Amino acid sequence: MSTEQGPLILVVDDYEDAREMYAEYLRFCGFRVAEARNGNEALEQAFTLVPDLILMDLSLPGMDGWEATRQLKSDERTRNIPVVALTGHALAGASESAQKAGCDSFVTKPCLPDDLVAEVRRMLGTVRNV
Amino acid sequence: MTPLRPARTLLRPVVSPVNDAARLELLEYFLAHHDDPSRYSHASLEWLARYVGVKRSVVLIVDREAGLLVRSAGYGIPTEDVEPSVWSLDARDPLAVALSASGPTVVRPGRFDGPAQGTPSRLLGAGSFTAVPLRGGRGDDGNALGLMLLRPANGAAADITWVATVLGQKLDQIRGRGSLTDEVRKLRRERSLLFTIINAVTDPILLTDTEGRLIVANARAEKLFAASEEESEGRRRAVELNNMLFSAALSRSAVEGGAEARELLLVDPSEGSDLLFEVLSSTVEDPREGTGIVSVLRNITDLRRATEQIEENYQRLRVLEAAARTERDRLNLIIDSVADPIIVTDPTGETVLMNAPAEDLFTFPLGAPESAERNVQANDAHFSSFISGLLLGETGPGEIRRGEIGLLSPTTSEINPVEAIAGKVMGESGELTAVVTILHDRREALERARLYEQLKLASDELQARVQAATAELATQNELLRRQAIELEQASRLKSQFLANMSHEFRTPLNAILGYTHMLLQGVAGDLSPAAKRQLQRIDSNGRHLLTIINEILDITRIEAGKMPIQLSEFNVNDIVPEVMAELDPVVGRSKLTVTPRLSPFAPTVRSDRQKVKQIVVNLLSNALKFTHQGGIDITVQYDPYRGMVSVSVSDTGIGIAPEHHERIFEDFRQVDDSPSRQYGGTGLGLAICRRLATSLGGRITLRSNLGQGSTFTLTIPLEPPQ
Repeated sequence: MSTEQGPLILVVDDYEDAREMYAEYLRFCGFRVAEARNGNEALEQAFTLVPDLILMDLSLPGMDGWEATRQLKSDERTRNIPVVALTGHALAGASESAQKAGCDSFVTKPCLPDDLVAEVRRMLGTVRNV
Repeated sequence: MTPLRPARTLLRPVVSPVNDAARLELLEYFLAHHDDPSRYSHASLEWLARYVGVKRSVVLIVDREAGLLVRSAGYGIPTEDVEPSVWSLDARDPLAVALSASGPTVVRPGRFDGPAQGTPSRLLGAGSFTAVPLRGGRGDDGNALGLMLLRPANGAAADITWVATVLGQKLDQIRGRGSLTDEVRKLRRERSLLFTIINAVTDPILLTDTEGRLIVANARAEKLFAASEEESEGRRRAVELNNMLFSAALSRSAVEGGAEARELLLVDPSEGSDLLFEVLSSTVEDPREGTGIVSVLRNITDLRRATEQIEENYQRLRVLEAAARTERDRLNLIIDSVADPIIVTDPTGETVLMNAPAEDLFTFPLGAPESAERNVQANDAHFSSFISGLLLGETGPGEIRRGEIGLLSPTTSEINPVEAIAGKVMGESGELTAVVTILHDRREALERARLYEQLKLASDELQARVQAATAELATQNELLRRQAIELEQASRLKSQFLANMSHEFRTPLNAILGYTHMLLQGVAGDLSPAAKRQLQRIDSNGRHLLTIINEILDITRIEAGKMPIQLSEFNVNDIVPEVMAELDPVVGRSKLTVTPRLSPFAPTVRSDRQKVKQIVVNLLSNALKFTHQGGIDITVQYDPYRGMVSVSVSDTGIGIAPEHHERIFEDFRQVDDSPSRQYGGTGLGLAICRRLATSLGGRITLRSNLGQGSTFTLTIPLEPPQ
């Protein structure tokens, strides 16, 4: 992977408008972006590409975000990739269950692209420092 | 044997020359009395004593048929020695010799040992005496009619002979009439009978002189008052004592006078026991013997004992009688206190006793109307026919007769149904003594039964109603329970629905806000000023929609109890600038001045910081919305006494009428609910604020009036509620 390009972000979301919006804005901000529509695709891409960060929508068809995150975090190859959970569920317990599944951060939708990029940058900075 | 004394002399003996006058005196007497030999004999002896000086003398008359000598009279000899006064005539007796002598014979007693009863010669005491035969003038066979024993008889033989001749002739004369022997026999029998009678009397009888000396005593008296030398010392002592006691009693009687009975305590000489006698004494005047006292002693020992027994029994009887009277009084009281009429009837059907309630039925007062009398008569008739069976013995003893009879009230003529219960009272020998009847007024019982029946009906009805009501209640409860379950399910479904909806709303809103944002950021290249302004309108309305969606979500969470409270320690003063910063764009657009007034004394509180901020943001945004000119103050205060911290937001806005103060806290409410209302908003803001404040243990209050601005105050405790 070429280092002259920005960090690779895997955006996982079944809702195309949201997924492409975040992907376009991330590219606009200088990141490389890979996309997945569900849990299985997310695992496949993650194992193949080994991205620098994964933006994970939790409500997904098929394998959901919680399960995908658990598998990612239980695999040697992907264990250290930060996972930022994205969810429209504002009900109590959503963030707790995301943390329990292994997510490193939690962002509630609606989330403006600017705010999301700020969170991604924050997380990447944390990892780099480690 | 008994204390004796010489019989009292009736005539004073005067020794004087016997002359014709004296002789005539005797003859005159003889002529006057011609039927009693004893009297002639006695007169003759008295004459001799008086005129000749014969101190002691006896006349004995011969009963030849029986071979007896019978005493006819005595002078100067102990009266008691008249007993026995009849002697058998033994041929060897000197007196028998004297009888056959032609003239006076001098007899010397003691020479003859006669039969046990002795001879009359002893009457004259020891020593010799003269025996003069008495012969009739007819000169019969030489046997004398009797003997005259004299002592002394010295001298005056002519007078003695004269008297003997006169007396002999008189006796012969009387005997000639055949009366002498009969008279003697009669006398003898009578005397014998008299003594037998006296002796037969079981009561002691005594004749005493006025001095108390005993003259005659019957056999029973002798046992008490006489003892011979041979008898025991004790017995003699007892007799002696009895004599003393008796004499004392007699003298008392003499002193006190009267012939009334008095009591005398004597000793039984043979038994030694006390005997109580009643002494009846009476004075007797005898022309010959003088004054004597006849005493009859009646043994009243047993009588006294019996009397005492009777007295004791009488006392006992009185006690029993008193007890019986008390018992009867008590019984009367009881009977009178019984409310039911009680009637006691005797075997003839007569009413013996009735208590007051019975009197009300069977008697009528004087002057009562005629109807009362008729009613009482009717009652009598009913009652009589009821008890007639008992009186006629149709029922056995101990059997109770019951029946119901209708009696009339004498005053009101009202019919009383009465239950009559009658029983027999039997005497000791099984005879019918009385019939007792108790009448029990059935009206009360009937009325009570009727009331009871009514009560029972009412109770049953009530019970049925209660059961119905209970069943209804159970049904309603079940219904309510089901409704509650359904409501809970509905509520849960609603919450779930709203949660889902909010998610569904947010997803497209996320894209709208995101792309608007990207366009404004110039991702798609530069925009014309008009396009940029239009995009900003999209962005503004999108954010407002997001706020509405979030508020609905909050209400849903709170109602579902799923609003998490995250406690932390913070100072309320710090919240104020944050809130102002958040609403800075709005403040900028409004031309209003927002002034923070912080409290240097406000301590750190432990509460949910995010929610406190949310409430203050809401209050400030409301103030900004409803205020067109003036300013807004945000004031922090601390009440150390209650331990509360408050944040007040005061505006100079339109104000709220007091009648709307509560309404504005209700869900989806504004003061103006009309579709054409002036101010936007969901109307959920204050409802959410109040709920949040409550969940933090605090509250929101409002002070406002129309046109005078409003002050909303959030008050929270230093520590959250348990």
